[in-house]
Amino acid sequence: MKPIATTRSATGIPTGKLAVWWLIASEIVIFGGLLGSYIMHRLGHPEFGGYASHTNTVAGAINTFVLLTSSLTAVLAHHAAEQKDGEKAFKYLWFTIAGAATFVIVKSFEWHHEIEQGYTVTANMFWSFYYCAAGLHGLHVIAGAIMMAIVSFRARAGKELQQVELVGLYWHFVDLVWIFLFPLLYIAK
Amino acid sequence: MSEAAADHGHHTPAFYVKIWVILLMLLGVSLAGPEIGIQWVTLLTAFGIAVVKAYLVAKNFMHLNLERRYVVYLLLTAVAFMFLFYAGTSPDIMNHVGRNWTNVAAQAEVERATEALNHEVPHGADHGAEPASAEGAEHH
Amino acid sequence: MAQPETPETEPHSEHTGDDHGHDDHHEQSFVSKYILSTDHKMIAMQYMFTGMIMALIGGFMVYAFRTQLAYPGISVPGYGTVSAGEYNALVTNHGTIMIFWVAMPVLIAAFGNYLIPLMLGCDDMVFPRLNRLSYQIFLLSAIVLVVSFFVPGGGFGGAWTAYPPLSAKAEYSLTPLGSTLWLVAVALEFVAFLIGGINFVTTAMNSRAPGMKMFDMPIVIWMIVIASILFMASVGPLIAGAVMLFFDQNVGTAFFDPDRGGDPMLWQHLFWFFGHPEVYVVLLPACGITAEILTVFSRKKMFAYKTVINTALGTGILSFFVWAHHQFISGIDPRMANVFTITTVIISIPIAEMMFVYVATLYGGSITFSTPMLWALSFVVEFLLGGVTGLFLGASGADIYFHDTYFVLAHFHYTFVPIAILGTFAGITFWFPKMFGRMMSDKWGKIHFWGTVIPFNLIFIPLFMLGAAGQHRRIYSYENFPELAVPALQDLRILATNSLYVMLAFQVIFLINFFYSAFKGKKASKNPWDSNTLEWTAASPPPHGNFPGAMPNVYRGPYEYSHPDREDDFWPQDEPA
Repeated sequence: MKPIATTRSATGIPTGKLAVWWLIASEIVIFGGLLGSYIMHRLGHPEFGGYASHTNTVAGAINTFVLLTSSLTAVLAHHAAEQKDGEKAFKYLWFTIAGAATFVIVKSFEWHHEIEQGYTVTANMFWSFYYCAAGLHGLHVIAGAIMMAIVSFRARAGKELQQVELVGLYWHFVDLVWIFLFPLLYIAK
Repeated sequence: MSEAAADHGHHTPAFYVKIWVILLMLLGVSLAGPEIGIQWVTLLTAFGIAVVKAYLVAKNFMHLNLERRYVVYLLLTAVAFMFLFYAGTSPDIMNHVGRNWTNVAAQAEVERATEALNHEVPHGADHGAEPASAEGAEHH
Repeated sequence: MAQPETPETEPHSEHTGDDHGHDDHHEQSFVSKYILSTDHKMIAMQYMFTGMIMALIGGFMVYAFRTQLAYPGISVPGYGTVSAGEYNALVTNHGTIMIFWVAMPVLIAAFGNYLIPLMLGCDDMVFPRLNRLSYQIFLLSAIVLVVSFFVPGGGFGGAWTAYPPLSAKAEYSLTPLGSTLWLVAVALEFVAFLIGGINFVTTAMNSRAPGMKMFDMPIVIWMIVIASILFMASVGPLIAGAVMLFFDQNVGTAFFDPDRGGDPMLWQHLFWFFGHPEVYVVLLPACGITAEILTVFSRKKMFAYKTVINTALGTGILSFFVWAHHQFISGIDPRMANVFTITTVIISIPIAEMMFVYVATLYGGSITFSTPMLWALSFVVEFLLGGVTGLFLGASGADIYFHDTYFVLAHFHYTFVPIAILGTFAGITFWFPKMFGRMMSDKWGKIHFWGTVIPFNLIFIPLFMLGAAGQHRRIYSYENFPELAVPALQDLRILATNSLYVMLAFQVIFLINFFYSAFKGKKASKNPWDSNTLEWTAASPPPHGNFPGAMPNVYRGPYEYSHPDREDDFWPQDEPA
């Protein structure tokens, strides 16, 4: 049983959801610091444009498509959870996890190819930022997939259905970060 | 969650799919932007569209339009702090010359890297030619 | 509202931590009660004792390197001769430990964990298991930091600010493992406090007792919550920076290496964007503790409750606008130096306002000079001295001379010691009866107080003078600086060091008083100080679940002392009108 404290809601926002909003706020500043540092260097160093021309826009676009689609399935899982349909939420959450897996697989092929060509993390500042930012984001993708897997089994058992929305919020945030990473690393050349 | 259920009345799966289709169309535009080859168009389609996409996801998928106002303010404050960080830091990092100071090392790096990029085999790097960086490193 | 299940009727699992409402009548194993507990009071104690152990380690370090400064080359009793490399590692880790492993865990985590649920009338934090995880990560970080001393090359010696290239390149720092472990420890500590902070903020926002509005919360809760928010909002860029520095150290990237396109200034900005709000992260809880004590022992309503909250919020926001005043002479754009000078001077206004409110609270009160009150008053006085000396450093012109001298060092010790030492002792002596159900000795408490505060001033006033005389920081021995090796200055160093010995010796009195009172002290009643806030309506010490039976309702603000219509000079928050 949860403490009484957990069941109270003075703000009107459920406690778990409130915590996720704070989590997202603290993640915004983590990614903000990294991307801000990158943009400063990008604007101060015209040569980054030349380096960036070697990123694989097609892979980036595929991954954008994958993440946008997984965001759709995440919100559909939330919708199912609201209808108290744990079974359906479970199904959609696993679609989302499949999206996360696809993302990571595409990413690993992409990185493999780039590293083979000599564009390693130490090649120059652009590639350092590239691997650092995409890597940090990739860790969030993996963490999100693990959390969704945990929540999905609870949802199928009809327990803690509100967590489907919480993990979905986190997933949308991961998607949002990628929405900005994609133009920063792939399109602006 | 009765209140939430009432609010979500118009948020049917079909609605979410519609948003998703719009997002994919926007992705298409941001990919098409650089093909025109004008820099400001590229920047606009890349970052303008990113902002629109982010807005659509935040509003419709994260349901920030139904959330209490101060959650939106909280998230915007976090973003605003990052602009603050950028504003305070970029004068030193982004600029390489200022009033009474010069960042010699950064200027030298820009020069060196531009030189190296110019010597790169044209259109070559994608086909297994030596990457610019490796060339540059050898000059040291 | 759901009531806790009645005790003794239901078996419960010891591992899930969902056993609130029980009065601990059942047998709990040592591990589940003391190590893996999810009870907020136990986690608070874990943070407090870990903080105390780390304070002893940090205190031992300062003993070693201050002895070296006063008596260069001497073999320090209990340590041995301090080499130049060890000196660097000692000062670096003294600073790191005292801020991240003493001030933060004790002021925010220990008091926050202990007080937030009790003062808000809850049975626990909203996420008890997350709370336990936060402590475990914190403990891991402390262990990693201590281990970093015993790896080949020794502990990191590049100052607590860890500026690259010294921190980034092993060939400069000579501590290939120590600097990485130091960085990992700090990063883990940040994660622990992020998790804890989310828990604190969510609890305060959502789980207040029925009837308690936002502006019925005690000031200390406000302060801890604001501090947690400041921490969350400022630490992000430094976490990103820590990842970048880790890559520079171990992968060979060049984020902070100007030779390969990086920029060491970036780290300074990332660090101080966090580092300056961090000062307020630890200051605000100490201000909050002081506010509670000042009202209780002057039997007066807080002079301007909302003003204190608003100034704290204002200070918090302003604290994000001042960070580059740490970098005036490290090559930032001079135009930015103008901006940051102005914001730095502005930030003294809200803090001064807060201090005025505290003094106004005292005015006309019937003051009892108990031990906690002495600590609280000394906090106000000593912190003011620290704040005032900051103005010299905030002005970018004067800072050209003062930068990196002992004047800076004395200035921030005049702020951090009141925060982390005086504020903490105020809190511990005030809430000790609640924590352990027994009273501390007032007489020995006062002896400890004077034995701490007087030597504290005798340590740092000489250091102000040394700094004004041009003595630079982070110098192992001044023998090679003819203008600084003169006897007049050496005498000041010896005075500071000898005062430090006295101060450290008096801490033994505190430890004896603390542990003796915890086991053998006079039994404390529920509300020994006649205080209003909710924690004093629970038993001393509060049982698991805090308020067995009925959870409290709240009818008024926390500072209704000496109300004209009442016979009692206090009016508990949960007493129906």
